[in-house]
Amino acid sequence: MNDKAWLALEDGTVLEGRACGAAGETGGESVFNTAMTGYQEILTDPSYCGQIVTMTYPQIGNYGITAADHESARPRLAGLVVRELCRHPSNHESVESVGDFLKKHGIVAVEDIDTRALTLRLRERGALRGVISTLDGDPKRLAAKARALPSMTGRNLAKVVTCEKPWEWTEGSQPKPARRVVVMDFGVKYGILRRLAAMGAAATVVPASTTADDILRLNPDGVLLSNGPGDPEPVADAVETIRRLLIERVPLFGICLGHQLLGLALGGRTFKLKFGHHGSNHPVKDLATGRVEITAQNHGFCVDLDSLPKEVRTTHVNLNDGTSEGMAHASLPAFSVQYHPEACAGPHDSRYLFDRFAALMDARRAAAAR
Amino acid sequence: MPKRTDIRKILVIGSGSIVIGQGCEFDYSGTQGLKALREEGYETVLINSNPATIMTDPEIADRTYIEPLTPAYLEKVIAAERPQAVLPTLGGQTALNLTVAAAERGILDKYGVEILGARLEVIRKAEDRQLFKAAMLKIGLDLPRSLVVTDETDLKRAAQELGFPIIVRASFTLGGAGGGIAYHFDELRSRVHTALEMSPVKKVLLEESIIGWKEYELEVMRDRADNFVVICSIENVDPMGVHTGDSVTVAPAQTLTDRQYQEMRDDARRVVTEIGVETGGCNIQFAVDPRTGRRVVIEINPRVSRSSALASKATGFPIARIAAKLAVGYTLDELPNDITKATPASFEPAIDYVVVKAPRFATEKFGEFPLDTAMKSVGEAMAVGRTFKEALQKALRGLESGKKGFEGAEAVDEESLLKSVGTPSSSRLYHVQSALARGISVERIAEVSRIDPWFLNQMRELVDFEAGLKGAALDAGLLRRAKRLGFSDAQIARATGRSEAAVRTRRRRLGVRPVYKLVDTCAGEFPSKTPYFYSTYEPSGDPIASRPGRKIMILGSGPNRIGQGIEFDYCCVQAAKALREMGAASIMVNCNPETVSTDFDSSDRLYFEPLTLEDVLEIVDAERPDGVIVQFGGQTPLNLALALEKAGVPILGTQPSAIDAAEDRRLFGAALKKLGILAPESGIARTPEAALKIARRIGYPVMVRPSYVLGGRMMEIVYDDAALLDYAERARRASLHPSILIDRFLADAAELDVDAVCDGRDVWIAGVMEHIEEAGVHSGDSACTLPPHSLPPAALAQVREHTRRLALHLKVKGLINVQYAIKDGAVYVLEANPRASRTVPFVSKAAGLPVARIATWVMMGKTLRKLVPSAALKGAVPPYTATKEAVLPFIKFPGVDPRLGPEMKSTGEVMGLDSDFPRSFAKSQEAAGLNLPSGGAVFVSVRDEDKPEILHVARSLRQMGFTLTATRSTAEYLSRHGLSAQRVAKIGEGKPDVVDLLKQRGLSLVINTPSGKRSRADGYAIRRTALELDIPCITNIRSVRAAVHAIAVIQGAEMSVTPLQDRYKDLPYPVDMSLKS
Repeated sequence: MNDKAWLALEDGTVLEGRACGAAGETGGESVFNTAMTGYQEILTDPSYCGQIVTMTYPQIGNYGITAADHESARPRLAGLVVRELCRHPSNHESVESVGDFLKKHGIVAVEDIDTRALTLRLRERGALRGVISTLDGDPKRLAAKARALPSMTGRNLAKVVTCEKPWEWTEGSQPKPARRVVVMDFGVKYGILRRLAAMGAAATVVPASTTADDILRLNPDGVLLSNGPGDPEPVADAVETIRRLLIERVPLFGICLGHQLLGLALGGRTFKLKFGHHGSNHPVKDLATGRVEITAQNHGFCVDLDSLPKEVRTTHVNLNDGTSEGMAHASLPAFSVQYHPEACAGPHDSRYLFDRFAALMDARRAAAAR
Repeated sequence: MPKRTDIRKILVIGSGSIVIGQGCEFDYSGTQGLKALREEGYETVLINSNPATIMTDPEIADRTYIEPLTPAYLEKVIAAERPQAVLPTLGGQTALNLTVAAAERGILDKYGVEILGARLEVIRKAEDRQLFKAAMLKIGLDLPRSLVVTDETDLKRAAQELGFPIIVRASFTLGGAGGGIAYHFDELRSRVHTALEMSPVKKVLLEESIIGWKEYELEVMRDRADNFVVICSIENVDPMGVHTGDSVTVAPAQTLTDRQYQEMRDDARRVVTEIGVETGGCNIQFAVDPRTGRRVVIEINPRVSRSSALASKATGFPIARIAAKLAVGYTLDELPNDITKATPASFEPAIDYVVVKAPRFATEKFGEFPLDTAMKSVGEAMAVGRTFKEALQKALRGLESGKKGFEGAEAVDEESLLKSVGTPSSSRLYHVQSALARGISVERIAEVSRIDPWFLNQMRELVDFEAGLKGAALDAGLLRRAKRLGFSDAQIARATGRSEAAVRTRRRRLGVRPVYKLVDTCAGEFPSKTPYFYSTYEPSGDPIASRPGRKIMILGSGPNRIGQGIEFDYCCVQAAKALREMGAASIMVNCNPETVSTDFDSSDRLYFEPLTLEDVLEIVDAERPDGVIVQFGGQTPLNLALALEKAGVPILGTQPSAIDAAEDRRLFGAALKKLGILAPESGIARTPEAALKIARRIGYPVMVRPSYVLGGRMMEIVYDDAALLDYAERARRASLHPSILIDRFLADAAELDVDAVCDGRDVWIAGVMEHIEEAGVHSGDSACTLPPHSLPPAALAQVREHTRRLALHLKVKGLINVQYAIKDGAVYVLEANPRASRTVPFVSKAAGLPVARIATWVMMGKTLRKLVPSAALKGAVPPYTATKEAVLPFIKFPGVDPRLGPEMKSTGEVMGLDSDFPRSFAKSQEAAGLNLPSGGAVFVSVRDEDKPEILHVARSLRQMGFTLTATRSTAEYLSRHGLSAQRVAKIGEGKPDVVDLLKQRGLSLVINTPSGKRSRADGYAIRRTALELDIPCITNIRSVRAAVHAIAVIQGAEMSVTPLQDRYKDLPYPVDMSLKS
């Protein structure tokens, strides 16, 4: 159990710790997440594809892994960094320990790292490329490997995590769903699909590359543009699809990467944040109601609001740094948020947005029937 | 929404005396709240009877009323001030109850006072069990299942529905009589049978037992725009069945999945919305069945609480301050996060460390005791670490209860050990350690204790590591691992058979040193401006910004305990204030989360650390202060003073060697002789034989105590050889120090306390206090009055002169407290302590001058002539009288005799302030909850020595319309002197006896002075019954006299209220509190 492991960053920082997941070497963009619960959701969130996640909460794995809290079929992140991983989890739902789960899925992880010091460094320097290795302890070589990694910018990671073919979400579905939603899968979290099922929608998940015509053929009441990893700009074919759906006036709801893609489709630009928003405690104000919701966030890129046409208005603002968190089109049935209304992990304050989506679809259908 | 402008003046209600269950957390919340309201431009009025608080300092509120917390006094304050609103949510249950009482009497309506923070119906809905249950069912929340039965026919169905064990409660019986727990059907049948018989309404409540379930608390805030945030989640290590104040607790919650936690958060939001808590902080308790995850809501407190204080310190989020701002109309997003300054208050703190709180029990006073749902701890220590293991060890050593961390209990056989593990008690955790060390499995321990296996596995890691330490080579790697697990140098020393100093030297030489990380509310996501640190063993710490100017470190007083409480925290906060005013930086070190001293803005830099030599030395090394203040934090820092001095740490003010000289009986005795000051004859005995010899030389009665004691622990008055030998044996068993101090006991002497400040040239007698009780009652338990009410000027002049000479002789620089006894005109010094005393805040409030602040400036080199108004320096005293009364915790400890003695038992104090002694005494009694009657029957039973004196008292009482009741011998004595008294049987003399009479509420006052020797059983029964029935019982003759004077005043005239700010106008000197250059 005293197997050593190392974390190296592109700036030359090398930290020694202990291996607590699979053996091997992995690389990715280093980000930190400040959520105190919900590591399982983070591990299985496809949006973390290509990233090494540092948990700022020091004791991870306390309640193990449960059967009901996966956000996708398997962990997608590049690696995990923690202060201490729990060997003896305790919870009535626990089915295995995080260490076993990581090993089973080949995820390299390191513990015994001063995660606060690392976080402060990432806060100062911005998200850095990094490597975790259980094989190579040479600092120079590891840092060089980190520098050799491709940058997040310009990579189409949605392509990596999207589904291969369309599929139906059945868990928690109502017997006779009132609405049909097509979910463009850029790395969708099960949490979103669970919310759709809960609001009485049948959800068909389609690959990111699905064309507008194919989507329209499914006769959806609305299309949900899912979350996903990385830079939105290279996901160009999807942007084209969304543009077509906008023209067809299909109700659209974008979440996270889906929000950014909608922004691009509406003619806007996106930019990369210094170290992104990753956590469960970000205050966002709904400008329509004035209410503050505590939101789950996980994004490194952001929509530049000034770049959008004037028909697009900001609906939500992040109260920590003033960045835009949501938008809606004045005349088209499309809206989106940068954060995660399904939460998982995080507070459930923003679930009303799914109701808004339902209302948008119902209004559209009523209008079509007239 | 901006703040309200229709309100200009707000009344804040404090929480009164420190009692078990209501500690100094409400000084923290009230002070924060008052500061916040003032910052917004509101005029603030405060009512609180507790003088030992920062909030009652005259510069905190605009109008400060130190008056009893009763509806009558509240009305007087409201009538005098006419505030538009009252804020009752910062003063604990006391303030909430007082507000409800005032509202129900129509006082608030009469004067048009609005309740801020929680409307009346909100308080009712939250506090009334029936209304609460109905509200929870309405929103579909789960509660422990219960049903009412009126006969024994349907018990099978009931048992099926609730499942065993079942809690049986008989309706409308006193004190839960007739109730109990049924573990199987036969037991249920018999218990219900009994309960039905006992219930006057023939109703029995059967409730599902949730004992052993996991217990959680959420600290939440809500504003009037319905914004809701959770500040902190707390998980209890001790499962349901132990009061949360007595549990070891952890923040954040450790064993809930995100979904389970978020669902609990959703429930909490629905609870506060339904109850209607619109503005402020509150906490909601939940229980979770560990087998199924079923979650039930237990209760809500619609106010800030002890847990809010803990949550504030655990996260850095100032709950009380924000609650006060929400109460006047702001919303969370309009307020800044005071820690980051850059982000708003509408967020949920993310923490990147683990916080453990451990309760401090008064086992040294009341022994080991089992725990239940009524709180029994007197204080708490909080610790911050990077892991639960580290934080647990730090919290336990921070308790200063003799353990250096997570250690074992006394060795017993396995069966008794498992029993101790299975029974919640003040020492259970140490038994758990012993069980783990013995190799008993986590599963078995979890089964009997119901402590979650997660915690037990963490503890097992500590036990396993410690076992591996034995005989291992202490290299840097092993030491670092030990320190990362929170082991103290003392623990490592014991495990490896070295001295603590040797471990420390080796550790430092190997470079194994702590770093300091920041508590910043955001897990490092944003830069933070508030320097609030904790130690840990990591490769690197957060940068500590350097600061120009002098840096002074203040050592706090650690967890509250009997004998060392809020008074010392008050002094530490004053010291920080004094330093700030003169431009020096203050560095506060403390581990008590209830306090003002650990508030984020009390000092320039806060180290939330245990006050052990190891922890303090490391901070000294990190900060390199120009001086360390040890004389304000009570015994805790004093115990470290000599070692710190030896380590080359600069001690500010009186030097440790001088402090030691006053504590060393021989040195001190020689000094007194040289100064020509009388002291009671005394001696130190190392053997029982020597003790007998000394006692016979001095003459009985004698006062005995072990050497090196705190708060009069084990101090007793001994009347004969047999009792002395018995004492010597008990002292030997209880302490490692074999020696006993023996003093002549000055029976019936008047006792005095003097607080003074010395700058090396002048001595300022800040206050002379005369005890109400005679010598023999611990000064901390004694009521006292300033200025003295009964002593001749000549004796007082001598007291002042003695104090002056002692302070100069002992080379005091700063505070000194001297205790005197005056008997037959002679003045004796009992002891002198060159440090802050418990009475410093009381004296400050009475004299109108900030004694601790002045002492700090003196330590920093200023002179008294520049600091203290010359009239005060020359001995001018207030033209009014202040009386301090102690508040005692006897009601919480069944079986303890509620009588005063040389060993301190009080948890807190109140102050009565009025124009003369009887009035101020009357107020102090009312503030202490002792309701002096204005009529009725008085029971008199006094020892022979008091009989002449009682005649005078009895006559006065008769004149005032009381009737007298006495047992045979006292009744005969009274009648011989022309006073008729109703006779009542002693216990055992037949029925009805005096206890029956009490129970029938046939008596309104009990005067019972126990004879000096062992208290007799019937005396005990009388005192205990009176206590439990809340009938005032006075146990010494001098207090009786004072009480009779006070009763005459109460009968005579309406009492009035005056704020400190107005009282001070009558002082014969100016009270400008700011520093004169």
